[in-house]
Amino acid sequence: MSHVDQSYPSTSRRRVKALLFRWSTLLALALVVAPATWLVVGVVVRAVPHWQWNVLTTLSQGTSGGLENAIVGTLVLMAGVALIAGSIGVLTGIHLAELTRSRRGGMGARLAIDVLAGFPSIVLGYVGYVALCVGLHWGFSLLAALLILSLMVVPFIAKSTESALRQVPTNYREGAEALGMSQGYALRRVVLRSALPGIVTGLLIALSVAGGETAPLLYTAGATNNLPTFSLLHQPVAYLTYYVWTDYNQPTDSAHYVSYDAALILVVLVLTMLISARIIVARTQRHAERSR
Amino acid sequence: MSTPREGLSLSGASTSSPARRDHGVRRAGRLRREDLAWRWGGRIASWLPILGLVLALIVLAIKAWPAVIVNGAGFLSRSQWLPGNTYGSVVHTHGVAHPVGSSYGAWPLIAGTLETSLIALIIAVPIAIGTALALTELLPGWLARPLGFFVEILAGVPSVVIGLWGVLEIGPFLAHHVYPLVANNVPNVGPFRYLKGPVGYGEGLLTSGLILGLMIVPIIASTTRDLFLQVPALPKEGAEALGLTSAEVARRVTVPWVRAGIIGATVLGLGRALGETMAVAMISGSVLGQVSPTLYGTMTTIAATIVSQLDSAATDGTGFAISTLAEAGLILAVIAVLVNLAARAIISRGSRLAAPVGRG
Repeated sequence: MSHVDQSYPSTSRRRVKALLFRWSTLLALALVVAPATWLVVGVVVRAVPHWQWNVLTTLSQGTSGGLENAIVGTLVLMAGVALIAGSIGVLTGIHLAELTRSRRGGMGARLAIDVLAGFPSIVLGYVGYVALCVGLHWGFSLLAALLILSLMVVPFIAKSTESALRQVPTNYREGAEALGMSQGYALRRVVLRSALPGIVTGLLIALSVAGGETAPLLYTAGATNNLPTFSLLHQPVAYLTYYVWTDYNQPTDSAHYVSYDAALILVVLVLTMLISARIIVARTQRHAERSR
Repeated sequence: MSTPREGLSLSGASTSSPARRDHGVRRAGRLRREDLAWRWGGRIASWLPILGLVLALIVLAIKAWPAVIVNGAGFLSRSQWLPGNTYGSVVHTHGVAHPVGSSYGAWPLIAGTLETSLIALIIAVPIAIGTALALTELLPGWLARPLGFFVEILAGVPSVVIGLWGVLEIGPFLAHHVYPLVANNVPNVGPFRYLKGPVGYGEGLLTSGLILGLMIVPIIASTTRDLFLQVPALPKEGAEALGLTSAEVARRVTVPWVRAGIIGATVLGLGRALGETMAVAMISGSVLGQVSPTLYGTMTTIAATIVSQLDSAATDGTGFAISTLAEAGLILAVIAVLVNLAARAIISRGSRLAAPVGRG
């Protein structure tokens, strides 16, 4: 080493380090991608060989039968969450981004949202069971499940709405004001329209989370092999994650198939929503770049 | 599609027909009402999460109170989880009814929660940072973008599906092919002792920690990747111009530039690991009453205990078992919320995401 000029410390060793660095980052990537691929392939491989399309159209018999009730139930739950958490979350986001003037305004809501976002969903489920199902005598019911799920995803919807609104250029609002629009009119006609893709993306991700939840539903939505009814109270609701959780360790093959099928349908459902969210983002980005 | 402005819908307002623009002036009264509607709508909506949270905390506190009185401070240090004889006689301690012989301690649950989360962090942080570096600094865009999306998707897979995969595929794989190799070859000194001993069937502490690690990698990696993309090019190019290798640029420029954000993302991942329920309930072995002596042993966490015990707790006529679960839930909520608030305080300047972390 002594013959090397001090200002050029052992280049070869540095080069080896750079090479090692490069390979270790690739290894890290592989350590994520490989199990993720295994996961997706594993779910598909377990379900597909025994897949029968009538799973989608027959009711469950618990450890055998189809999953129609669970699919419809999950969709009903997602629609309800879109309605409740969607309206509350979007309005809260609008409130935080557009309507609070001072920095202190909306601090309570902001804190509540941050705390709720970190709240373990099983604890929310417990509260739903104790307070709504038992305390208010609602029983296992759609409303209890919807309220708990909504409480869980409202923070995400509110935050994504807020950040979508904050990305709307200030010129839009100034232009609207210069044209004599009132704040509410400008919000509806200009600002919200421009932020809509971001808001919809946040909603889709929140719904995919809600659709994949188990813990907050087990003790609020209950379980049933029937299709969801239109009653909000006293009627349990079926959902896909329940069958994954209860049937995978039952002794019969038919139960295992129910579990694997439910897992496959869940993955397809969630991936569809995430990919559509991604497409919306990509499209609006392209538009935004072109219109500059 | 053809006109680029359509996407942003500015046209709807600024280039709308005169009749539409007059709308704003002529019906001023109605528009004031619209202003008010938005304002009150927003105000009321933003109170609802506060209300929900406060009510949830009150319910949790009320339910937990009898258990707090009876279980005392020993709840944090005791190990046994004995519901007592729920068909036997009822005894009263400090005025609270509970079944004879009931005695609860949450130490194994708390230890299990912290242990699995610690393993998850040890696994996830280096992998996530490496992944983010590979996606931003190394790979070309056409490869990095789909791979990055794939990593993000992993965060969206329902935890019950990950649990299913863990208990059916990777758990047995690890127990048959990986753990025996490790257990037979590590030296029997220091912390390596925990890697000795019977490796079990793939359900337990280490498997749970590894799966949790896999679940929080996407959270940390995608946040870190977005942070790396925000690092300006000039300092990196400057460092390269000075002759630094790619490894040195990453270590001395890119990573330090966003260090606070990486720490924040890590803590956010920790919050998710602490509150994760279903995957751990399926992979941990759900064994109450003891802290696992080795890394392979079966165990449970607070969240997994609540989900697996609530059913049987409801059979306790005195309601004491339910109350004890509330106390455990309160402990978990306090830990998770503190961790999560810390994370958001650290990254509040950067990311504004509020993905629900304590999921199941």
